[in-house]
Amino acid sequence: MSNKKNKKVMVAMSGGVDSSVAAALLKDQGYEVIGLTMCFNLPDAKTGKPACCGVQAIADAKRVADILGIRHYVLNFGQELQKKVVADFVKQYSLGLTPNPCVRCNELIKFDSLLKKALGLGMDYLATGHYARIEKTAGKYFLKKAKDKKKDQSYFLYRLTQEKLKRLLFPLGELTKDKVRQLARIYKLPVSEKQDSQEICFIPGTYQEFLKSELKGKFFPGLIKDTSGKVLGTHQGIPFYTIGQRDKLGIACGYPVYVLKINSNKNELVVGKKEETLKSKFLVQDIIYPGAVLKKKTRLMVRIRHLSPQASAWVKPIGKKSEVTFKKPVFAITPGQSAVFYKKDAVVGGGIIEEVLQ
Amino acid sequence: MNNKTKTRKVYLDYNATTPIHPEVKKTIIEAMEFYGNPSSLHEPGRKVRGMIEEARGKVAAFINATPEEIIFVGSGSEANNTVINLSSCPACGTCEASGCKTDKKIITSTIEHPCVLEAAACQKERGIRVSYVGVDKFGKIKIDEYQKLLKEKTALVSIMMANNEIGTIQDIKKLCQMAHEQGALFHTDAVQAVGKLEVDVKELEADYLSFSAHKIYGPKGVGALYIRKGAAFCPFIRGGHQEKGRRAGTENSLGIIAFGKAVEMRKKEMAAEFKRLSALKSLLKAGIEKNIPDIQFNGHPQDSLAGTVNVSFSGAEGETILLYLDMGGIAVSTGSACASGSLDPSHVLMATGVPAERCHGSIRMSMGRDTTDKDIDYVVEKLTKVIKRVREISSVSIGVNHG
Repeated sequence: MSNKKNKKVMVAMSGGVDSSVAAALLKDQGYEVIGLTMCFNLPDAKTGKPACCGVQAIADAKRVADILGIRHYVLNFGQELQKKVVADFVKQYSLGLTPNPCVRCNELIKFDSLLKKALGLGMDYLATGHYARIEKTAGKYFLKKAKDKKKDQSYFLYRLTQEKLKRLLFPLGELTKDKVRQLARIYKLPVSEKQDSQEICFIPGTYQEFLKSELKGKFFPGLIKDTSGKVLGTHQGIPFYTIGQRDKLGIACGYPVYVLKINSNKNELVVGKKEETLKSKFLVQDIIYPGAVLKKKTRLMVRIRHLSPQASAWVKPIGKKSEVTFKKPVFAITPGQSAVFYKKDAVVGGGIIEEVLQ
Repeated sequence: MNNKTKTRKVYLDYNATTPIHPEVKKTIIEAMEFYGNPSSLHEPGRKVRGMIEEARGKVAAFINATPEEIIFVGSGSEANNTVINLSSCPACGTCEASGCKTDKKIITSTIEHPCVLEAAACQKERGIRVSYVGVDKFGKIKIDEYQKLLKEKTALVSIMMANNEIGTIQDIKKLCQMAHEQGALFHTDAVQAVGKLEVDVKELEADYLSFSAHKIYGPKGVGALYIRKGAAFCPFIRGGHQEKGRRAGTENSLGIIAFGKAVEMRKKEMAAEFKRLSALKSLLKAGIEKNIPDIQFNGHPQDSLAGTVNVSFSGAEGETILLYLDMGGIAVSTGSACASGSLDPSHVLMATGVPAERCHGSIRMSMGRDTTDKDIDYVVEKLTKVIKRVREISSVSIGVNHG
């Protein structure tokens, strides 16, 4: 606390209320702050979406930086986003998976390329307006859920390693969104009433439209079957469906049907009743452990999508993968999404759901 | 990067804009006393009218024009737009001469300032044909290609005298002669040239020439357009008798008076400064070459502005270099400006055949009257460290702890 005056921090400023308040708080705490807006050169959507990353966002961030009296820069990460996140997003969907681009962007762009630039610039830390906390316990850094459980973004940040965590600051981790807006008004920041961005930033309209144009000619209509193999209808192409989906299936069979499985090899969807979407065992790959690597079967809390309730499960390491078994079956375990392992509020690991076992 | 010593400030972006000359500043402050509208017939108006005409005389003489051949406008961009717009002005009889209502076209180059390129693109929308002449790897107009393009009926040619990004200077006299031989009018955007090179419109025989005050230590918001006596003209901004009906709007008297002082000072300082900047440029280039591997200079090795150095660093992005240098108190510029909403690499470097990858790693350093050899030593030292750092971080990986 005492030597913050000598510490330099780069704040990734999107022009939104969260990162603006993050910058203001750090400045108040005595850090030497510089602001940086990542420009992704996204199509300037006429619809007003996406709410971040455009020319207006840059102008907003600059205004906030001016008010705070900090330096502000813009760096272009458009090509990197395209190469490392968007291309992967499209590919995953084409394989019948449901990727999470925000997890990838955090891992590969914000907390890699940008972090490197910050450190190279002689910064001590990189800060963002994410709702999460970092705590140091027994010499190890842990990512923990935000105090505001409704805003908690730890699910998107689980791929941060020790080396990264020790260089990061999340000043909003202890605050609620209401409090953040209140602070924005107190700091007289012109973005205090700006709406939250919810959508995937690089998709101007719906993700189906986006995939249709990106995957032109690479998807085909196919059959929809029930679990017994009976044909119930046809689908538009597997990229447009996700596990647990109920709408837009175009099937009338007397009861609501849900997507149970996407069979990309056969270009088939398997659907069934809601109770059939309840599963308990799945395999996780591409696992990251921020602290200690899990060596033996452990009971942990596991979350399989952003803000879904976490549930108790056994996590059993098998080579580089892990087998997760929930105590009680859960709805729509979705390959491509991340499974994040928590011990109380702390993230202890996580990976990508590869396959649902039973 | 060095947080112990107070950072030295070095401004190397004179091609973007220049600080106001102290003498010009004095002139502006004195001129502030005079508020009359130069169109008014009373004494306060007449006083300012006199000051404006005195400035017009100086500005005209500076490029060997007559005062009637100069109109003051709001910027170099306005001067350029005014000329390009001549080609499709249906309201005006004079435009017949410059090509509208005929099947003639405009020729411009691929390395022009956006204000010329976008004005030309707008003419295209209005049905005027536009051809773009390419440049060689040094940024010089391809003469054969130009000759070929001129063979088709051409109303107007617009080619810049010196390029803002790479500094390459064109042989305007020759280009102008070739255009005239084919009956085309010739305009040159001389915003980067006037005040850095000797510019004589009579010798060049150009029909139109644009320049600006803020590039030569004058204030922003005032430019000048030379219109050769007898050349076709049609006002871009209408609605007043100012500038003899050629540009409406109450004159920016402070700006114009300051412009006059700025050229007066240029006349005194230009020749000596040219020599000094040429030496500094050699010093800067030699320093970069000696200390930093994998670099490439862009632009013409000889026919280039004395103060301009454009260099590509492989394995480094221009924007990152700019940011790091700014943190170290050094102001430079890049071709790709993200803040303006574009990721595209510099159209100028692309036109000279520089691959996109190298364009992204390019910065422009432009020197001026306050640049010293100490500044250059400091810049070389800082730049060496910055490039090393930027190259390191793009290859380094931050630890991953997989299961």
